[in-house]
Amino acid sequence: MNDQLTESLLDPRLAAYDLTLPAGEGWLHEIKRGQIFRIHDLEGNQSVDTMFYSATDPGRRYSAQDTIRRQRRLYLSTGSRLLSSEGEVMLTIVADTCGRHDTLGGACAAESNSVRYALEKKYMHSCRDTFLHTATHGHKHVGKRDIASNINFFMNVPVTPAGKLTFADGVSAPGKYVELRAEMDVICLISNCPQLNNPCNAYHPTPVQLLIWDRE
Amino acid sequence: MTANLPTIPADVLLWTDLLPGGAHWSGIVRYGTTLRFTDLTGGANCSAIFFNQEEKLERYNMADTLKAQHTAHLTQGHVCYSDMGRILCSITGDTLGWHDPLCGPSNAYDICEKYGERRYQEARNEMYRNGRDGLLIELAKWGLGTRDLVATVNFFSKVWVDGDGGFHYESQHSPAGAMVDLRFEMNCLVALTAAPHPLTDAPEYQPGAVGITAWRSGPAQADDPCRVSCAENGRGFQNTERYFRGVAP
Repeated sequence: MNDQLTESLLDPRLAAYDLTLPAGEGWLHEIKRGQIFRIHDLEGNQSVDTMFYSATDPGRRYSAQDTIRRQRRLYLSTGSRLLSSEGEVMLTIVADTCGRHDTLGGACAAESNSVRYALEKKYMHSCRDTFLHTATHGHKHVGKRDIASNINFFMNVPVTPAGKLTFADGVSAPGKYVELRAEMDVICLISNCPQLNNPCNAYHPTPVQLLIWDRE
Repeated sequence: MTANLPTIPADVLLWTDLLPGGAHWSGIVRYGTTLRFTDLTGGANCSAIFFNQEEKLERYNMADTLKAQHTAHLTQGHVCYSDMGRILCSITGDTLGWHDPLCGPSNAYDICEKYGERRYQEARNEMYRNGRDGLLIELAKWGLGTRDLVATVNFFSKVWVDGDGGFHYESQHSPAGAMVDLRFEMNCLVALTAAPHPLTDAPEYQPGAVGITAWRSGPAQADDPCRVSCAENGRGFQNTERYFRGVAP
């Protein structure tokens, strides 16, 4: 595995913003150009479903397909540049102690849970419900139309050369983190995944810590 | 994957069309109709996106399609899921074995970087076109725009992924005459472009033409191969059929 493990020199005590987000909850927050944003997997193998939008025009958003085909690599790690649907660099991953993050699995939703697990699972809490709730209350220009394929930080979804997609055991662990530098003013929308049907988080969703440092 | 797809009987044929290389198309394709795409010259690419015709916020969802079927490529036996747990269309026939759901349409930057610019003023309809702008033109005809342009499927193209996650574009994947059949399980708005794949290694801008044939195939039966290919698809068909229960679409 050719993943890029890179530690950060930033001191959490000097962060301008520090929040612990419980599983099953959402977060919508602006990150300014030059700020550094860290997601900290406190207890390990927690899926942090994340979307980014341009703060000035939320119609421009993180694009999974543009990002992975431009870097010609499926997974995100240090050095990955997150591209918008217009091809702009929105953020760059500048530190990563986990090594790979998923671009394909998307968010769980009531409706996709009914397909993947059982029809009666559709009343369980899901990331898309969190996205919709958080966006509805948090931003007047972000709604269902803007929910596209998101990043799942700390999730390991390997693809084989034969084209199989698997949900493998996690590569994250308690204390792993990923850090991104905003290259433009962005809105970050997170659902801290509540999934109880998938072994990827050992059926145990846990809190994550979100930190922001101002540019030096 | 099968060597050849059956000839379409004349009495069920609805229409045919020819999408020139680089061109774009959109239209409504109804439940129980199958579209056959044919790579007429070899090396074609056809980027496609699907919406529920009556509620266009329901649209093709790459992640739900791939994770429900544990696949990172699409072929016969697979279906295309919407974000609402329903099946928009099923791949009922395929002579190729691999269509790319990962890379999305080419954009203006991809084409310009590879081939430079060729404007209408000098080249007339031989101008260079890209996939994203073609799809956006088609979506605009139906009141949709950039926010609606989510992931596409790139028919006739293959990109495989190595153990490190690296992408490998397969040259000359699709021979002339390659075919794929898409049976529609819902009334869908379909938008297509035959612009080059974003990772194409073709030295010249020469996107291939795609033949389109529509016929009345009827809906999926109880033992349909796409329905029974995995338990997830069985539930996807249940969700889809409930949507139409009590109305004859």
